[in-house]
Amino acid sequence: MSDQMKNALLEYTTRLGDDAVVLGHRISEWVSYGPFLEEDIAYGNVALDYIGRARMFYAYAAELADDGRDEDDFAYMRNDREYHNLLLLELPKGDFAYSQVRQLFADAYYTLMLPHLLHSKDERLSAIAAKAIKETKYHLRRSRDWVLRLGEGTDESHRRAQKALDQLWGYTHEMFDMDDTEQLLADAGIGVDVSKLRDEWLAMVTEIVTNATLTVPEDSWAVRGGRIGYHTENLGHMLTEMQIVHRSHPGCKW
Amino acid sequence: MTTSTEKLELFEVFVRSKRGLDHKHIGSLHAEDHEQALEYARDCYTRRSEGVSIWVVKSNDICASQEDDADCFYDPSDDKPYRHATYYVLPDPVNNM
Repeated sequence: MSDQMKNALLEYTTRLGDDAVVLGHRISEWVSYGPFLEEDIAYGNVALDYIGRARMFYAYAAELADDGRDEDDFAYMRNDREYHNLLLLELPKGDFAYSQVRQLFADAYYTLMLPHLLHSKDERLSAIAAKAIKETKYHLRRSRDWVLRLGEGTDESHRRAQKALDQLWGYTHEMFDMDDTEQLLADAGIGVDVSKLRDEWLAMVTEIVTNATLTVPEDSWAVRGGRIGYHTENLGHMLTEMQIVHRSHPGCKW
Repeated sequence: MTTSTEKLELFEVFVRSKRGLDHKHIGSLHAEDHEQALEYARDCYTRRSEGVSIWVVKSNDICASQEDDADCFYDPSDDKPYRHATYYVLPDPVNNM
């Protein structure tokens, strides 16, 4: 494997880990704040699925980097500018409707993206995808049901769900962007060409949103930058909280 | 929790384990409907691969015997030992039963 390809693979694997840990952490912020006990436990499970996924990507990234760093260094010792996650996933948890609409966007995306990653020529990425596909099938079932419930629920739940759709829509476009790194890997059969998934994603989301008596927003604005480390003001605050223990007690074991 | 579970229904959860043939009562939970109850049962009661099949039943749909009925329900069987196999003396030729 050429150095260029190896660097691209490290960057790609790190991005996928960043996506997973950032969303996983945002979901974990619901623990003990869920609308009721059962949902609290169920959504906490989803957070664990994502954090588990992040560990697998970071462990692989650490092997590829081969510079003495381990998975914890990837999660806890990098600053916001070094995180290359999608902006959609770093936004604060908001109200419950906001989190579930974001979750639907992400779950629909992974439902389409992971089967392609499963066919990656890279065995590790393929193995991670195989595990994640099963989790995502369940995640989508949950977020789809919640969007339906909120859309068809009370006037207030409908209003909040629609507001979340409108506020988040402009962050969804970034999910389907390709850059040189990702194109190189897609051409080599290692990465996924996500630009080809947008139509299918839109169809899937439109069906669910419409069934929920909600309206799919117009494509009037789009925010980008996560993949090159340009973040919203929210990520820095999130990382501060997420990393404080590890950074205050480096190397501490208990 | 930030809000109450007043508007949610109570469900009883039955799980069949890998080694069992019958569904056993494992607990109860709140949910809006059967579908959601099944999902929460999965998250609350089968996280450590306890089960291969889940039933959920609305608690209200369970008709339970009353404690007040105990004397007429159960006591009459106390003085009828012949209803137990151990009451009968087996003939010698029957070694194992």
